[in-house]
Amino acid sequence: MRYFFVALFGFLLLALTVFGIAGRRGTDFRKPPLEIFDDMVRQAKLRPQVPNSFFSDGRSSQAYVVGTVAQRIGDQPNQAWQGTAQNTGLVPGTTNYVAAIPVPVTAALLERGRERYNISCVPCHGPVGDGNGITKKIGAMPVVASLLDKNAVTIPDGLVFHIIGQGKAPNMQGYASTIQINDRWAIVAYVRALQRARYATLEEVPAAERAMMK
Amino acid sequence: MSDIFPKWTNKLPAMVIVGGLVVGGVVTAGITYYMTPKYARVGYKPVQPVAFSHAIHADQLGMDCRYCHNGVEKSWYSNVPSASTCMNCHNQVLKDDPKLALVRESAATGKTIPWVQIHKTPDYVYFNHSVHVNRGVSCVHCHGQVNKMEEVRHSKSLGMAFCLDCHRNPAEKIRPNDQVFNLDWQAPEGFAKSGGAKLVKDWNVHPGESCSVCHR
Repeated sequence: MRYFFVALFGFLLLALTVFGIAGRRGTDFRKPPLEIFDDMVRQAKLRPQVPNSFFSDGRSSQAYVVGTVAQRIGDQPNQAWQGTAQNTGLVPGTTNYVAAIPVPVTAALLERGRERYNISCVPCHGPVGDGNGITKKIGAMPVVASLLDKNAVTIPDGLVFHIIGQGKAPNMQGYASTIQINDRWAIVAYVRALQRARYATLEEVPAAERAMMK
Repeated sequence: MSDIFPKWTNKLPAMVIVGGLVVGGVVTAGITYYMTPKYARVGYKPVQPVAFSHAIHADQLGMDCRYCHNGVEKSWYSNVPSASTCMNCHNQVLKDDPKLALVRESAATGKTIPWVQIHKTPDYVYFNHSVHVNRGVSCVHCHGQVNKMEEVRHSKSLGMAFCLDCHRNPAEKIRPNDQVFNLDWQAPEGFAKSGGAKLVKDWNVHPGESCSVCHR
């Protein structure tokens, strides 16, 4: 009987030691989680943006081969490579920028433009487009262009599109890889709306809402 | 007969029952407590090659998640941004800081930054980011308040029970689409019953509980 209690006590001591070493749930740790019998959990298949020894550059997500164009993106045909005004912001066959947005400007497009502007443009150009974004406020970027300048107002829509996609020297990089073509036009439309709002006169405001502006 | 069965064997049945209950109970409790992502994954906070702070970028600077994770609305996975995205600002901000050396090198040469993946469901789970963020499931539900984290920490278990909680009762967690990327949003009192239920109905949300919803 005594041995029984000794054995039981030993077992409980062991359990306590395990608890002491393993610790409680939710404590921070740095080492990768232990995975036991992980054959199904980590399968030999390609996952995006992880190391993969199959390719010579050691990564699973491959860049396009230089000089090639994707014919389809997902299940949609990719028309971004065609030289239309919508894709380039240029009048086809020339080097002139289109004066007006070549896609239908609807309320939905403006709304989309507002959303996309607030994601990608606001950090520098600010919510109203005057160049007073957070980067300027904290003094991180001394010079940020105001989108409400006369110059910005008078340039053709095609050039605004071009700048969003390709950037503007010396400081702004292009956003072609992160903002899709239709979204770039949506942003152009929204920037035009911000400019319109900045230079609007009281007479342009609907009579019913004029009192609110005073 | 006493030679074959000594007297202490009279207590053997009781010992087997008591011992079995204690040992079995402790082992069961241990397995239940430890053999789950709630223990194995929650709290994972690896050292990243570049000390990127979500707290600074997303909270202090107020940047939208999608500035960097720009594919999350269209893709099944939420992409880690390329170094060129960092350089949109860091070509001017902290442009010579040694902490950003890896980022600059990556942007210049295309060499990858060895970021450590923290949230990792098993490979037999087919989770789709886009369907969730486009239907009112916020980043915060699965990733916690990343916008307050200096270093990202695995904060939810992401185990099967965790998924099913929400799939069985989506109205509890669903929110308006314009608040999905606002990790600080708190549902107003009673939102699940009125607004949440309405969103589930309007969007025709049927998360599904059958195996093939997530496994195939």
